[in-house]
Amino acid sequence: MTVATREDSSSLPEPDTAPAAPAKPLFNRSIKHTNLPDDPLAIIEPSKSWSAFDRRELWAHRELLYFLTLRDLKVRYKQTLFGVAWVVMQPLLMTLIFTVFLGILARVPTNGLPYPLVVFSGLLPWTFFSIAVTGCGYSLVANSNLITKVYFPRVLIPAATVLARLADFAISLAIMAVLLLFYRYVLHYQLAFTWRLAALPFLIVLLTLFTLGLGMLVSSLNVKYRDVGMALPALIQLGMFVSPVIYTSNIVPEKFRAIYFLNPLAGIIEGFRGALLGERMNRFGLGVAVIATIVLLICSALIFRQTEKSFADVV
Amino acid sequence: MPTLFEGSMKPIIRVSNVSKQYRIGKNQPDRTLREALSEAVRTPIKRLRQRSHSSEAIWALRDVSFEVQPGEVVAIIGSNGAGKSTLLKILSRITEPTKGRIELYGNVGSLLEVGTGFHPELTGRENIYLNGAILGMPRSEIAHKFDEIVEFSEIARFIDTAVKYYSSGMYLRLAFSVSAHLDPEVLILDEVLAVGDADFQIKCFNKMQEIRNDGRTILFVSHNMQAVTRLCKRAILLSDGAVVADGPTDMVASAYLNSGLRVPPEREWNNPYEAPGNEIARLRAVRVRTAEGQVSRIVDIRKPVGIEMEFEVLQSGHVLTPNFHFYNESGVYLFVTGDLDPSARSARPAGRYSSTVWIPGNFLAEGTLRVGSALSSPEPVVVHFYATDVVAFQVVDTHEGGSVRGDYKGPMPGVIRPELPWTTQYTPNHQAEQWLVGEGSVL
Repeated sequence: MTVATREDSSSLPEPDTAPAAPAKPLFNRSIKHTNLPDDPLAIIEPSKSWSAFDRRELWAHRELLYFLTLRDLKVRYKQTLFGVAWVVMQPLLMTLIFTVFLGILARVPTNGLPYPLVVFSGLLPWTFFSIAVTGCGYSLVANSNLITKVYFPRVLIPAATVLARLADFAISLAIMAVLLLFYRYVLHYQLAFTWRLAALPFLIVLLTLFTLGLGMLVSSLNVKYRDVGMALPALIQLGMFVSPVIYTSNIVPEKFRAIYFLNPLAGIIEGFRGALLGERMNRFGLGVAVIATIVLLICSALIFRQTEKSFADVV
Repeated sequence: MPTLFEGSMKPIIRVSNVSKQYRIGKNQPDRTLREALSEAVRTPIKRLRQRSHSSEAIWALRDVSFEVQPGEVVAIIGSNGAGKSTLLKILSRITEPTKGRIELYGNVGSLLEVGTGFHPELTGRENIYLNGAILGMPRSEIAHKFDEIVEFSEIARFIDTAVKYYSSGMYLRLAFSVSAHLDPEVLILDEVLAVGDADFQIKCFNKMQEIRNDGRTILFVSHNMQAVTRLCKRAILLSDGAVVADGPTDMVASAYLNSGLRVPPEREWNNPYEAPGNEIARLRAVRVRTAEGQVSRIVDIRKPVGIEMEFEVLQSGHVLTPNFHFYNESGVYLFVTGDLDPSARSARPAGRYSSTVWIPGNFLAEGTLRVGSALSSPEPVVVHFYATDVVAFQVVDTHEGGSVRGDYKGPMPGVIRPELPWTTQYTPNHQAEQWLVGEGSVL
């Protein structure tokens, strides 16, 4: 349909290449163009098939990560009546329910530890992991208005989701500390606060990275295949029962334990419990978790980068 | 006034042979994972072959090349679907080109809408920081300009109120004032900025002139030929994804306007991926109908003409106002009309809708009219789609009588030609001779 216009256009004069003399600047913020860089500041071209994240670009957008995280937190607590109280209530209620049914009625063996502490120390990492991964699943789709209108490294969206949940995690950790002190000094339980507590920062980093890895993966897959988001809650629920969240790995028969700890979350959660309650950690499980986290992070970063290019077109 | 940098000029943007392909048809993105997996497992070879098969591909941009010098203000014009938005999205790095290369020698800020990322639950203050960060402003810069932004928006009293309580005008003013304080060397602007009330449009326009006078480089995508000719010295015309004209605005603009008759009187979208819209609503078809209900390019000036919009509402519970925008062949924005029926002002259930506006006979002037079709929500203002130049029709006067022409056959000026009631009173005046003044009279 453009043939005629093409001919028309050939008769048009060459583009007005000489720059229009800039009108007298009204503001002192007017800019001079005398020193354009020799090399382009940015090049836009089809990206190579597999590439890593551009660290310089991520660093340049660090403030956006902060604001996106802040938005996530503020929005969630502004809409609710009790705000932050929910973050406190949710794990406490879960702990109460599990204590009644599994601790008191079903008498799950706990190696002599108070069941509420056992279950809370499991729910602490688990709640963070499950809510963050579920949130990541929908994060890109939910932020399609940003993705189709502005450029920024897309990975900031799942990353902000994970970071916001990390803030909730910090609150839960504080509750854990209160519970521990309560059991130790008010109820006079024999709780050993050991050097294992020093492993806590390492475990938090490990859990966060593992969650981020899985979060990136599910968020990017959900852009293309919406059934990932559908399947996620069911899978997460399943994950809770194959991980030592509401029970300890002691109830798993010895011969199956190696298989059991192939689940990286099993090692991490038992690690948290070990650090907080002074129990032994499963070294094999932790080793699996470290390796799984590294592999997962590399794979999902590559997949994320690969699918990132088409987010704006398909979301 | 001679410029220092004449001659040895280097472009600030260099676009070389950029093409963008979209895949449609079988390789749809939202097929289920199961299908994708089973297909990959069962027919790996066929899948690979299909990948290289290009029959289901459409080229939104073909081999686009141009350069922009620092300080230039360039308009990118073209009809709906010519590739303007795609070019804008590639320049803004929202999507990648399939081929070609763009070099940017200055930092680029792009505004494809105002208030991107605004969250209704957050206060004005919080949204300024969030929106600023999304647009790429460092926090220190936002803090530095904060007072200026608030002052410009004229909503200082409500700055700590959640944005969901704002009127649509307040919302837009705040959103625009953040955008207006963006300070990049190259500014990429989409015409959707030109929404809102008349005051606000004037404010937008003045701000753009101010930015231009600052010596900034601007790429401006628009349909509004008045704005384009006033703001830009140079225009690039895209048609069917390719650059068909590049030169002084008035010449390119007239090349564009002369091609107006190519816009059809009926447009349908059968593929949801091409249809304008979002997750709330999508446009399905727009048609020009005569009083008899026929789809037609030619419309009798004496008879009503109906513009019909068929759209699919995908999410229930939104207030959706269909509206049409009318431009004449000189690019003058004649009027906009929206559905005022109570049913159009309350939340709608999902489903297919068809809305028609009837423009009375003897109202439009002769000539070609281009119609833009949009669907928006009023509070807060959200434009779900705005398909510009989606259909066109020609209003003709057959000179058979019954039109506003009466018996006059010559050219009639004016952008509209309404039939209006006239009243005349006659009083016999026997002293009429007093008014009969001879040519020689000195009075």
